[in-house]
Formats: sequence, structure tokens, C-alpha cells
Amino acid sequence: MTDPQTPILETRNICKAFGALKASQDISLDLRAGEIHALIGPNGAGKSTLIAQIAGGLKPDSGSVHLNGRDVTALPTAKRAQRGLGRTFQVSALAMEDTVLQNAVLGALGAQGRPFRLFQSALGNAGLRQVAEQALERVGLQDHARSRTAELSHGQRRQLEVAVALTLNPKAFVMDEPMAGLGASGSKALTGFLDSLREQAPILMVEHDMDAVFALADRISVLVYGQIIATGSVAEIRAHPEVRRAYLGEDA
Amino acid sequence: MTRETLINSALALALLLVPLWAYAMDEPFIITLATKVAILALAGVGLNIALGLGGLVSLGHAAFFGIGGYAMGILASHAQSYTAITDWPVLIEGTKSMPVIWLVALLASGLAALLIGALSLRTSGVYFIMITLAFGQMFYYFAISWAAYGGEDGLSIYVRNSFPGLNTLDPIQFFAITFVLLLAALLFSARLAKSPFGLALNAARQSPQRVETIGLSPYRLRLVAFVISGMITGLAGALFADLNRFVSPTMFSWQTSGEIMVFIILGGTARLFGPVAGAALFIILEHILGGLSEFWHIYLGLLLLLVVLFAKGGVIGTLAGREKAHD
Repeated sequence: MTDPQTPILETRNICKAFGALKASQDISLDLRAGEIHALIGPNGAGKSTLIAQIAGGLKPDSGSVHLNGRDVTALPTAKRAQRGLGRTFQVSALAMEDTVLQNAVLGALGAQGRPFRLFQSALGNAGLRQVAEQALERVGLQDHARSRTAELSHGQRRQLEVAVALTLNPKAFVMDEPMAGLGASGSKALTGFLDSLREQAPILMVEHDMDAVFALADRISVLVYGQIIATGSVAEIRAHPEVRRAYLGEDA
Repeated sequence: MTRETLINSALALALLLVPLWAYAMDEPFIITLATKVAILALAGVGLNIALGLGGLVSLGHAAFFGIGGYAMGILASHAQSYTAITDWPVLIEGTKSMPVIWLVALLASGLAALLIGALSLRTSGVYFIMITLAFGQMFYYFAISWAAYGGEDGLSIYVRNSFPGLNTLDPIQFFAITFVLLLAALLFSARLAKSPFGLALNAARQSPQRVETIGLSPYRLRLVAFVISGMITGLAGALFADLNRFVSPTMFSWQTSGEIMVFIILGGTARLFGPVAGAALFIILEHILGGLSEFWHIYLGLLLLLVVLFAKGGVIGTLAGREKAHD
């Protein structure tokens, strides 16, 4: 068994610059088993750049990314996914013309890792289908399995994003603004769901919705101008003078 | 049965019944036209896997069509002149046997698709269109300058190649061969679209980011699709050369690539029977309008414009409506 204090996901001294703009400056953060770690910061702080480097879309100039104790810095997105990184996007990245079930089966197919079967039926494959249906049930989309993804509401697409990530049975989730565009009730429902998800795998999430962050996060890291200025519990971050000045505003 | 299945069955039946009727009426020319439709539709079925399912706008599929044609031309010309293709390191002789020619055409076009695809799939969008076009043109000019196999004049084959148990010189029997191969390719294509591979390829077209995030490589999926696509178009090329008993660099020209794409757009992109409807419409128009004017392509262009602007689903899409989501 892994030591609960061993980070599942970790960045070590990541630096990334675009010309003169230092988007990531010596960023080290970790995600431990069973926790939700929220990454907050004002617009343009470099959150998306950091997430892209963790998920594999961008290569850091220096520093490394570790998943389950193994250095994955050199691996492309697909290989990191195979090693257990489940990711959801700020703007839903789904096969919109396909049905909800097909999207979930696609995730199961990725997890299984044998896509070059030309003659079998994808939806007729009991193994793939079971994984997909379980994931849909988990997020509460089982009744929409046969709907076209493009016909789903915004909130349902968010749920489907999570369901597809679930089919991978990931070791860690990386979620880019899961609450974005959700109304108050949708946001509340997803908060409840994510709360139960952390038992399965820890979640690193970028989020602007402070109610959700304060309700969910075990730890919060604050990113400002490419630097982590503070990491700590909700209470610590609320009380942190620099954070209050940079982000929350004096009266927070 | 969905409406689209009904339309597809009607199309397949029509393509079978028209030449049978022509056979009864002793109209061999009509049978030849139907054969041409079947072969060009087969080329389109090949391209449709890359274009429709994979979203890969290849303007270089003439390369595979031509390779298939030259596979037939080279093998048959050596067989008819009783000369070996090479005697070192091993003796390779020509052949007049269709199944062997098909196999060579499939392998050669598959290999070419692997090389072309491996390079061009690193690009996307307009660059992909341009690089596939460039590869097609390379083959075109290579064929023109290849004097050993006729250069610009191409190669004529005096007698159609043979198929065990059939008289291929009889138009209706040759039609039967092409029709069966077309049906086989359609069946394969239909299964492919529903397979795990088809699902992943189709998703890579819609959202490559998603496919990467679940641990699959869009590049590899597309490369396999491109190879399969090129092989089917290559097989069609071998049959087309056999139909005309003639192969020339024209098969490699970019106009050929464009025509194969036109079949798909006219018939309905990503629709199983799109290439069949498109090729049939193309040949009918060529036959009717071509008799009226040398410049019948003007009308084809107009029709294409109308389809692109007002009927994006092509013939099949207009008749069958929106594609049903799989259950």
C-alpha cells in the first residue's frame, strides 16, 4: 500500500515562460490521496498553463511532473491518461454528434487500450458497455444514455465529462473549472457529487466559484502572476494577508 | 428498418437490376456504365473512410487509385509480352490473374498510404489538403516520366485479366465481380463505423483533445484509417484499369482525386451509401449532359454548389434526413 502522505500527483519546480511572460515560476504542488486540492487565482495567473503542463498538453521549460511517484514529464497526454490521469475541461471536449453512451464507451475503450478492433461492435461489447453504463449511473445520466451529446444541457455535459473521466478509473482527477457556467442549483449538485468522488481518487481543481472551493477543498493553493503565494487549509487561506490583498479583496 | 437502410437497399438493388435489364435488352454499353459506377463507388467508399469517418480531407487519393491501376498495368503488360518484371534477386513475372493483381494493388496502395499518411497526418486542415495533393502530383509526374511503362501514353492491355471460373470479357460477368467487391467493401465499411476503432476515429474527428485525454493517439487512429482507405481506393484503381484495359497517368491526376471527393459530397459525406449515390449521379450526368455539351462540368459544378449550400447531407442526407444516433 502507498503511504497516505505520498503524493499521487506532484509538480516539482515547474517553470514555463512565453517570451518575457513567466507563466509558471518554480511551481511545486502536490495532490494527496483522498483530498480535494483547489487551485485559485485571478485571471491570467497561469492556472490553465499549469493544468496543461500537468495533463501533458504543454512541456515545462524546467521542473518535472510526477504521477504515482513516477516522472511523467516526457510523456504525451495519451500516455499520462493511461497511467491514471483523469481530466475534465473548462469547455466540454466531447464527441457532440455521438450519443452520451458512445462518449462513455469511448472512455472505457481508452481505459481498455485496444482501439484497433475493426470488426466487433463497440456498443455490443459487454465489457465496454458495463464500464460506460456504471459511470453514467454514477453521475446520474443513465436516463440520457441514448441522447445526442449536443442535445444535453450545459450542466449535463459537465456531468458527462466527469463520467468519461470515471471510465478510466483514474488515480487522480484534474478538473478545469468544473462549475463554470453552472447555475446555483447545478453548482450545488455537482459540489455534492465531487465531495463523494474524492474517496475514489483525489481531485486537483481549478475553480472560480469560491462557495464551491470553500465547501470542498481540503487545501487551497493560490496562484498569482505565475507563482504560488500560499498553500493551506480553507481557514489558513482565508486569513492569509497576501491572499486577501491579491485575490479575495480586503473585505473577504 | 430505418429510412436510410431502405434507401440504401433500393440503391443497391437498382445498381444490380439496371445491368440485368440491360443484359436482357442486349445493351452492353449500359452494363459498362453500371460497372463504372460500381468501381468509382468503390473508390469513394475507400475515401469516405478517411474523409467521412476520420475527417481527413485527402486531395491525394488519386495516388492510390493510380497505384492500383499501374499494379494491374505492369503485371498484365509483362504477362502479355512474356517478359519478367525482374529476375534478380528473385524472378518476378507478370500475371493475368485478377485475384493476384488485386492483392498486389491492395498491398502497394496500402504501403503508399502508410508512407504518405505517416508524413501528411502530422499536419492538419489546409496543410493536410495541400500535402496530400503534392504527393498525388508526385506520383502523377513520376508516371508521366516512367518511359518503361508507357510514360505519358500509358499502357494498353489487349485482353481483360482473368478470374477463375468466369469469362471476364463478358460485360455482365465483369460487372458481377465489381458489384460483389463493392458490396463487400460497403459491408466492411458499415461494420468499421460501429467498431471500437470506428468509434474512436469518429471521436478523433470531433474532438481530438478528448481522444488524447482518454489515452488514445489520434495520429495512430488516423494513420490506420488512411491506410485502409487507400487500400480500398487502390483496389478500385485496379478494377478501373481492367474495365478500360488501359492505364495512364490521368488516373494519378488531381482531377481524379477531386472527382472521387465529388462522389462523396454529392452522395452524402460519411453516409454509407453516399459514394454509391454520388458515383451513380456523376455517371448519369456525364452520360446525359456529356452528350449535350463538351463543357458539362459547368452543370456539375452548379449542382455541387447547390448541394454544398442547401443540401449538405447530399443525396442520401436529403432523402433520409439526419443520421440516426446509434443506440
